[in-house]
Amino acid sequence: MSAPAVPAAGPHEERAFGFWLYLMSDAIIFALLFATYLVMKDNLAGGPGSADLFDLSNAFAETMLLLTSSLTFGFAALSADAGKRGAALAWLTVTFGLGAAFLALELHEFAAMIAQGAGPDRSGFLSAFFTLVGTHGLHVSGGLIFIAVMISQIALKGLTPPVASRLFRLGLFWHFLDIVWIGIFSVVYLPGVL
Amino acid sequence: MLGRLTLDALPLYSWVAMGGALVTVLGGLAIALVITMMGKWRYVWSEWLTSLDHKRIGIMYVMLALIMLLRGFIDALMMRAQQAVALNSEGYLPPDHFDQIFSSHGTIMIFFMAMPFLTGLINIVMPQQIGSRDVAFPFLNAVSLWLTAAGAGLMLVSLVIGKFSTAGWTGYPPYSGAAYSPGVGVDYWIWSLQISGVGTTLSGINFIVTILKRRAPGMTLMRMPMFTWTVLCASVLIIFAFPALTVVASMLALDRMVGMHFFTNAGGGNVMHYVNLIWIWGHPEVYILILPAFGIFSEVVATFSAKRLFGYASLVYATAAIALLSFTVWLHHFFTMGASANVNAFFGIMTMVIAVPTGVKVFDWLMTMYRGRITFHPSMKWTLGFMVTFVIGGMTGVLLALPPADYLMHNSTFLVAHFHNMLIPGALFGYFAGYMYWFPKAFGFTLDARWGTRAFWFWIVGFYFAFMPLYALGFMGMSRRMERYSIAEWQPFLITAAIGAVLVLIGIVCLGIQLYVSIRDRKANRDTTGDPWNGRTLEWLTASPPAPYNFAVVPQVDGLDAFHEMKRRGTAYLRPERYEDIEMPKNSGIGVVIGIFAGVFGFAMVWYIWWAAAGAGLAILVAIIVRASQDETETLMPAAEVKRIEGARFEALSAGGVA
Repeated sequence: MSAPAVPAAGPHEERAFGFWLYLMSDAIIFALLFATYLVMKDNLAGGPGSADLFDLSNAFAETMLLLTSSLTFGFAALSADAGKRGAALAWLTVTFGLGAAFLALELHEFAAMIAQGAGPDRSGFLSAFFTLVGTHGLHVSGGLIFIAVMISQIALKGLTPPVASRLFRLGLFWHFLDIVWIGIFSVVYLPGVL
Repeated sequence: MLGRLTLDALPLYSWVAMGGALVTVLGGLAIALVITMMGKWRYVWSEWLTSLDHKRIGIMYVMLALIMLLRGFIDALMMRAQQAVALNSEGYLPPDHFDQIFSSHGTIMIFFMAMPFLTGLINIVMPQQIGSRDVAFPFLNAVSLWLTAAGAGLMLVSLVIGKFSTAGWTGYPPYSGAAYSPGVGVDYWIWSLQISGVGTTLSGINFIVTILKRRAPGMTLMRMPMFTWTVLCASVLIIFAFPALTVVASMLALDRMVGMHFFTNAGGGNVMHYVNLIWIWGHPEVYILILPAFGIFSEVVATFSAKRLFGYASLVYATAAIALLSFTVWLHHFFTMGASANVNAFFGIMTMVIAVPTGVKVFDWLMTMYRGRITFHPSMKWTLGFMVTFVIGGMTGVLLALPPADYLMHNSTFLVAHFHNMLIPGALFGYFAGYMYWFPKAFGFTLDARWGTRAFWFWIVGFYFAFMPLYALGFMGMSRRMERYSIAEWQPFLITAAIGAVLVLIGIVCLGIQLYVSIRDRKANRDTTGDPWNGRTLEWLTASPPAPYNFAVVPQVDGLDAFHEMKRRGTAYLRPERYEDIEMPKNSGIGVVIGIFAGVFGFAMVWYIWWAAAGAGLAILVAIIVRASQDETETLMPAAEVKRIEGARFEALSAGGVA
């Protein structure tokens, strides 16, 4: 009945650690999607290729939106740490808007490609492209839902320890998606156009 | 309204299929009827279905596994019967049905028998072994269980509504694609795997955080029981490997449902990519199945040799080596797919290398037994049977590891014999050993040893009868998955194999009788001390069954075999002066809700009932958000209640002459 040799991790530390492990499993999903894209990027089946389809300025706009949203999330996290509820809510709302704008651009890009006959069913290359970028987009959508939930929790419960713990995990998620996007930009869009 | 679901989906086209459907439906109804007649729905709901207690969740996992063992084994009996008679004959199973049976046999045994069995045993035992009161994430633990159950439920529904996949348990395209398998079978396969796969991944995360963060004070990593080490390594494998399964099954689903071209013949598909992805998951998967079984054997061998496990450090390093190497061998599943000689050689060499750490483990177990005082408890028999039989299978694996040899034996019955030789004595005997070893811990009374022994003998003799002929048949040129054949020389071997299956059936019946007899005689076989086998590790310190919180006072650990040390020093059963309040997770029905809607979602995706899929998906999201908004998820058990429970425990210990 003596004191523990190593202080036990609190629930926040454990949940953050568990969430990291989940993110690493997600990283493997993306790694395999990247690998699939690289294996299949030349399987055009006589259809359009990356040079025909990718609009670098659109991808750049998407990148700026997402990177900025990571910045604004950082401001939200700092506000939350300082106990500034209103500022946290405001920055989270801005983050949500930037993320939604990113998704809007991406959906528009997808719709345009499908309209010109370059949908995911056109070729192996396009299946791989839509699945990799689309999976990232689905994760961003999930992140937006998570942001909305956190906005309501902060508004209704305030910045309690459980709420702060969840916000921390959302931050991990959101920044992770940013990193994956940088990978997408570097592996898919840039080489596809250059 | 109902997608592509019509009345044609009912199995009215075949007596055999009708039989299977009826057994499934009547079985489910029978269980519901028994609970209703005993008036136990409230009890079942509040004490079991909504429980977040890792011990109860573990027991439910094992129950699921045993039910699915029956289901998967009936598939095996049917195949053996067909092959025994189908010389120049159609037998009694048409090809389409036979193909569904071998596909569901493999899928069930791997995903819904072996995985739940080991997850259940881990859940019951591991937290107690590390001196913890629970896993790190009790609610996620329940979600994992109910997602697994949903996947299993989907497989059972496929017997009643629609058909199952005919593409084998690995579902290779292009055969499993929309062009050649346009029905619902492959979709049932995909969604069962996806749903239960999420559950498994969550369990992997849960177990790693539990082991790394919840060990009792003083229990460094190198003082953990061997079973816990194998759980840690298997859980790391789960996190690395299961994403590959998620990705490949999703891609196949996208090909089938939306017309993508990942694995189609035309349109820029790459069929070989499927094979790579599925085996990047598939090979680590078999190590996920086997490592915890090896951990069980380590525990059993030490306890029933009354001796410290020999070579603990080498066992730890061997386990870690196996885990690492398991990611370097996957191509040996498709040596014949056309990789260059250099590529094949690399994977062939790595496959042979991975046999070495397992050999180290076998020697460690043998050296543990050497000069020990052996008790031939049924668990020890399973272990001894494993050691002999598994080594044979391992040697055939080293033979298959040679690419030129594998070119001859790939997809022959030699391969079938090899992997059953690994999984049955390796994994399944390990789970049976663990089941009989830890049953008293879970339920408070021991299993009947005589029926356990009979089960063992029928299983091991049945195994040899069933699978040794298959090695010979492989050399004689018989391919796997054959619904009929015309070579008369094969038939005696297949009849022998069928006899083996019948012997195993008797072994299963013995397991059932063992359970019945043990429950009937439970008062006589009560485990009053919590330590029926003079165990060495901390799970034997708790009561049998344990209190909800496992340990009223968290033990202090200063070496290996912590409980053995405590007994030796006389500090195992000291009454504490005072007790503390203990935080326990509240029950929650949200896990069950998520499981139910996951099952609905899977069914809807199979039959293209889009509104139901969307609705079920939304319901799951809402359930998650509701849970994520709950801050009061724990309840306090007052110290007085702890004292009462512990008082009863110390009385039982005194009655057992221990404290």
